Amino acid sequence: MSDKLSEKRKIKSAKKMRDIMTTYYIDAMTAGQNNKQVAWITSGGPVEPLVAMDIIPVYPENHGAMIGASKMGEDLCIKAEDLGYSSDLCSYARADIACAIVKGGPLGGLPKPDMLICCNNICGTVLKWYEVQARYYNVPLFILDTPICHTRYPPEIATYVRTQIDEYIVFLETITKRKFDYHKMAQVGKLAYEAQLLWQKVLNTTAQKPSPMSAFDAFFFLALIVTLRGTQTAVDFYRELLEEMEQRIKDGISMVPDEKYRLLWDNLPVWYRLKWLSEKFSDHNACLVADTYTSAWCGAIKYTDENNFLDSIAEAYTRIYLNIGVDQMADQVLDMIKFYDADGLVMHSNRSCKPYSFGQMDIMRIVREKTNIPVLMIEADMVDPRNFSQSQIETRIDAFMEIIKQKRL
Amino acid sequence: MKEITIFHDAAKDLPGVAARIKAGQKKIIGFLCSYAPEELIYAAGFHPMRLFSSKSEIVLAEQHLQAYCCSLVRGVLEDSLSGRLDFLDGTVFPNTCDTIQRLSDIWRMNGRYEFFADVILPAKLNTQSARTYMTEVLTGFKKDLETAAGKEITDVDLQESIRKFNLIRKNLSKIYALQSQNPGIIKGADLYAIVKGSMVMDRDEVLDLLPAIVANLERRDIPQKSVKRIVVSGSICDSPDIYTALEAAGGVVVGDDLCTGQRWFEGEILADINPITAIASRLLDRVICPAKHSSPTARGENMVSLAKKNKADGVIFMLLKFCDPHAFDYPYLKEFLEREGIKTLLIEMDDQQQNSGQLATRFETFIHMI
Repeated sequence: MSDKLSEKRKIKSAKKMRDIMTTYYIDAMTAGQNNKQVAWITSGGPVEPLVAMDIIPVYPENHGAMIGASKMGEDLCIKAEDLGYSSDLCSYARADIACAIVKGGPLGGLPKPDMLICCNNICGTVLKWYEVQARYYNVPLFILDTPICHTRYPPEIATYVRTQIDEYIVFLETITKRKFDYHKMAQVGKLAYEAQLLWQKVLNTTAQKPSPMSAFDAFFFLALIVTLRGTQTAVDFYRELLEEMEQRIKDGISMVPDEKYRLLWDNLPVWYRLKWLSEKFSDHNACLVADTYTSAWCGAIKYTDENNFLDSIAEAYTRIYLNIGVDQMADQVLDMIKFYDADGLVMHSNRSCKPYSFGQMDIMRIVREKTNIPVLMIEADMVDPRNFSQSQIETRIDAFMEIIKQKRL
Repeated sequence: MKEITIFHDAAKDLPGVAARIKAGQKKIIGFLCSYAPEELIYAAGFHPMRLFSSKSEIVLAEQHLQAYCCSLVRGVLEDSLSGRLDFLDGTVFPNTCDTIQRLSDIWRMNGRYEFFADVILPAKLNTQSARTYMTEVLTGFKKDLETAAGKEITDVDLQESIRKFNLIRKNLSKIYALQSQNPGIIKGADLYAIVKGSMVMDRDEVLDLLPAIVANLERRDIPQKSVKRIVVSGSICDSPDIYTALEAAGGVVVGDDLCTGQRWFEGEILADINPITAIASRLLDRVICPAKHSSPTARGENMVSLAKKNKADGVIFMLLKFCDPHAFDYPYLKEFLEREGIKTLLIEMDDQQQNSGQLATRFETFIHMI
């Protein structure tokens, strides 16, 4: 491939996104100097009330991803193990807990939190992780408890979570000693809704053949919908990104050269091997067109009412992808296989994420029963490279791609 | 004594216990968690039975749960899939850790039993809204049980059930207190069998047997042998050999923070208020499981107080490998205890296979050190 072609494939918005994230982290790191408060919040937590209160949200999970991508995970995980944390625990949590103490990682540690906001819709791990940080930093902890909806969303869960949204606001008012601005909240809610719609549209563009971007790009562009949801910046950025994707479709620019096979990815990325995995699949002319992970930040948008934001987010935050039954997760995987016209499913059995990974084998069985596509399961970890066997995974990907190619013949 | 032998026989042969229950035309509802509202199950006319793994080789469960899933969950799923739990008429899954939540899905999707219920308790136990929610969840579970039983559960049924469970708990507390006052007055393996038996046997039979054991212990001579007083912490500790090994090393368990121990039976249900509110209150106020939250330091404070109350010389953490909630708490619990001068030992276990030889050595070393 010529350099010119390779240059053409690069997504232009990437630079802008890096700039926005740099500004965001500088703001967060200097919050204290600007008399701003910092809240650490889980990736699935409702950030919008923080934005409305002008509190800077910081995401230890996004930080975990950065640690993984900059290949600093192993060292920090080992430090956590030295502190007594089992090597079987979530590597985001291990890396973050160690980072707080040794001020390591790509940023030299996150800014000290003034408060912690933990929503357990993604896992029970965050509950324990935020308890650790609440003890370490000795700051108030708010828990938004979103009971799992195995099969349905009963009224008692709706009432319980809705009541907690009010408790959350009271918590913020108490800590900031300021009144909550409901008018601003309504605006932030609309922006959050709009950004999610745009993000969904960006992800939908990969249904095009060839796909203008891959899941590896989605993993990267995800950062804004997580960290800056509810801001004009996020809306503007995703609008531009969407335009760029639409232009690429018009111009016939694909991410994977000569895309022949389309795959769906399940679970978190393997942050420290993104490039290797991306090239590995690309060498087979296979594009990971979509994934179950990045769509989690817009998957529950159907429950959100932009004109009645606070009332509706109770349901939207409770019924996210990981907080539902495995059979419902399988249904969503089947829908995605159909929508993106996937030729295969790659499942990352992620030792760090038990609620995401346990049930995968049943989803695999359901996908095999209901579709005719091959499924590959690779065992790894999102941040800790000690659980990644490259040669073994390479062999398995090659064998998997052989099966997919033969089916095409 | 013969009462203790009955408990040993039951603890060793859960299918046998189940067969006897079934012979009495009672339906059996299984559960894996000390937050299961047993009083409701009993009041509906069903038999509540805690499930333990038979520790058989994992074959069928391999098709559902990866190797980094805890051995208890894999073991029980294996028992279910291979038909070893076919005596069950149903199961109830209270909402606890991530792994159990997913087990509930897998269990339901591969369903083998007539009755299935998720009792999605709050994870946060320290707010009024959680209290209200807990009460509503229990009310919903009561309705599900009524439908399954084809009869109404009256307040009188519930009060009678609560009375019996309170009495069982009171007797177990009494036995633990006697052991703590006079360490060695009962063998650890006997204590293990009594507690395990009380979770699986017919509760009326349990209630008949326990007071006799208490009376017998009260008459026993106080052991004169000097021992080290040990408190055990973890989820389950399903092996009598562990207690025997500890005693051989010179230690006696004088208290525990186990899901199959004091966390399960401590805490009385109030008798003079609405029964559902009363059951909810006990679940909210009892000694907390690490998968639940009441404050960032609740378990640390509980552990220190438990160790001090029992004048513990040391605390042994018996943690199941891959049990995240316990593994997250271990470093700070250790720190809290050591700050009070209480030494700790960590044993990482696998419920499927326990290496008692290696354990014995580690216990001996620890006992010598404290």
